[in-house]
Amino acid sequence: MGLTITEKILAGHTNRKRVEPGEFIEARVDIALGNDITAPLAIEEFRKSGAKRVFDKEKVVLVPDHFTPNKDAPSAQQAKILRDFAKEQNLKYYFDVGRMGIEHALLPEQGIVGPGDLIIGADSHTCTYGALGAFSTGVGSTDLAAVMITGRLWFKVPETIKFIYRGKLNKWVSGKDLILYTIGDIGVDGALYKAMEFTGEIIFNLSMDSRFTMCNMAIEAGAKSGIIVPDKTTMEYVKSRIPHSAFRISNYKSDPDANYCEIREYDCSKIEPQVAFPHLPANTKPVSEVKDIPLDQVVIGSCTNGRIEDLRIAAKVLKGNKVPSYMRLIIIPATQNIYLEALKEGLIEIFLKAGGVVSTPTCGPCLGGHMGVLAEEERALATTNRNFKGRMGHPKSEVYLANPAVAAASAIQGRIVHPREVL
Amino acid sequence: MKLKGGVHKFGDDVNTDEIIPAKYLITTDPNELAKHCLEGRNKNFAKRVKPGDIIVTGRNFGCGSSREHAPLAIKGCGVSCVIASSFARIFFRNCINMGLPILESKEAAKEARQNDILKVDLSKGEIRNITKKKIYKIQPFPKFLQRIISSGGLLKVPLRTQRKLRKTQRKSVRTQKTL
Repeated sequence: MGLTITEKILAGHTNRKRVEPGEFIEARVDIALGNDITAPLAIEEFRKSGAKRVFDKEKVVLVPDHFTPNKDAPSAQQAKILRDFAKEQNLKYYFDVGRMGIEHALLPEQGIVGPGDLIIGADSHTCTYGALGAFSTGVGSTDLAAVMITGRLWFKVPETIKFIYRGKLNKWVSGKDLILYTIGDIGVDGALYKAMEFTGEIIFNLSMDSRFTMCNMAIEAGAKSGIIVPDKTTMEYVKSRIPHSAFRISNYKSDPDANYCEIREYDCSKIEPQVAFPHLPANTKPVSEVKDIPLDQVVIGSCTNGRIEDLRIAAKVLKGNKVPSYMRLIIIPATQNIYLEALKEGLIEIFLKAGGVVSTPTCGPCLGGHMGVLAEEERALATTNRNFKGRMGHPKSEVYLANPAVAAASAIQGRIVHPREVL
Repeated sequence: MKLKGGVHKFGDDVNTDEIIPAKYLITTDPNELAKHCLEGRNKNFAKRVKPGDIIVTGRNFGCGSSREHAPLAIKGCGVSCVIASSFARIFFRNCINMGLPILESKEAAKEARQNDILKVDLSKGEIRNITKKKIYKIQPFPKFLQRIISSGGLLKVPLRTQRKLRKTQRKSVRTQKTL
């Protein structure tokens, strides 16, 4: 019996030829990530254990991105714990305001994570890096502490579900729509504990940015990880960022006779832009079936859809248009580099002229932190990943999820619409 | 480990934003977090819960964020154990890693009602509903995980002990589905 790419990466990090789904293993970790919410707890545990130094100062990455630039004194105190720890441990990868970006856009961009790596992060959306062909999963703060001390962690080898995407992609349909459609199909616990392997001709024609979006939301189906076997597009992306990478495409693929617990196929010609209704990412509908839902706010950004491709699409739709006077349009480039690129390409000017605001990189409103929190009975459409009750602010507010084109078009119309209504 | 307490019943897909909303994540103090525990589902829970009480819930409990503040808030309330039809993966890990006992039982979770009294024996893998006079058998956790829970968390068990316990367990692990 052959192995899936996930099993191969896990076996490779335990120095064994193969591992079996269901088995407990202890694996080497290549990169361990924490943010301003989860790392303080991990650092507390690290200190309590009596540890003095992290296992490798080039493999522990701290990114204060959730409540930064700090929204209040207590959140500043939390961020300071990271800053002090990074200084004390002389960490190579610590990104403060000004260098900081949303962690899951920043790490791939900076070449810190790559194909074949085993990555853990004390943040549920750590599954994003599967887009590079890495095994990458979200864990808690105690897990992060354990890895900071030993460089190793216990895992249970997951079974893999294979998702095959065929056919032709419709206009305005992106990775976001494919993953929303998939979550709508299998439910918020449809891949509980499992690895989701995305494959098929559609996937291999997707840009890296769209692939990141898909793997980012694997957790919203309950999955342990999402993964896409690396190809030429991955190679191209990694080449300039990890110049000395030993990565070869041929090293990382699933065997033809690998074991999948389930295989699902989708005909993409039937998929149109999706909207997830409150209060679960699985409550999806095609946008053409959405009738008259007025909006107070639109947010374009986050670890799901704050990359340059997302901003380009939003700008294309927004160009020459103005949002209504009672609409708040908030656009958040995910990293400083993305921000700079958007500036150079003239996208920022388009956003400002349309009546939007552009924020420095932050997770901010996605988790109801700051920079666009909702009041009672307000309604937002966001390109983020979760629309749980109260996620973006007041428990009686509502969040709808969609791709950046739908978000931009809806901002112009003040209600949820198909992008073709604008362009 | 043996536990006893009154039931607080919740439904399916209780997410970490409901267990502890992000606006409270500016502290790691369990007592402070406990004041807002499960506020998103039941505003009065934190006031009503008594030490030793047991949370009983449906599918996919703890879905969403990786915030360990969620099990920390639950532990901070004095909750002795969480029983669910199923748990979200990161929440499950977090509970084990911090030594908060959790159990998966579809039947026990479905049949228990608010204020029922439950008795739980972790090593035997048994839930007794004293009010309903029913016993539910469940697959006990692998020894390796039981040891982490009973020791009070992942960092309390040396790596060498973990390895030894895992080895004895290798053959019988296929039955346990979550993590």
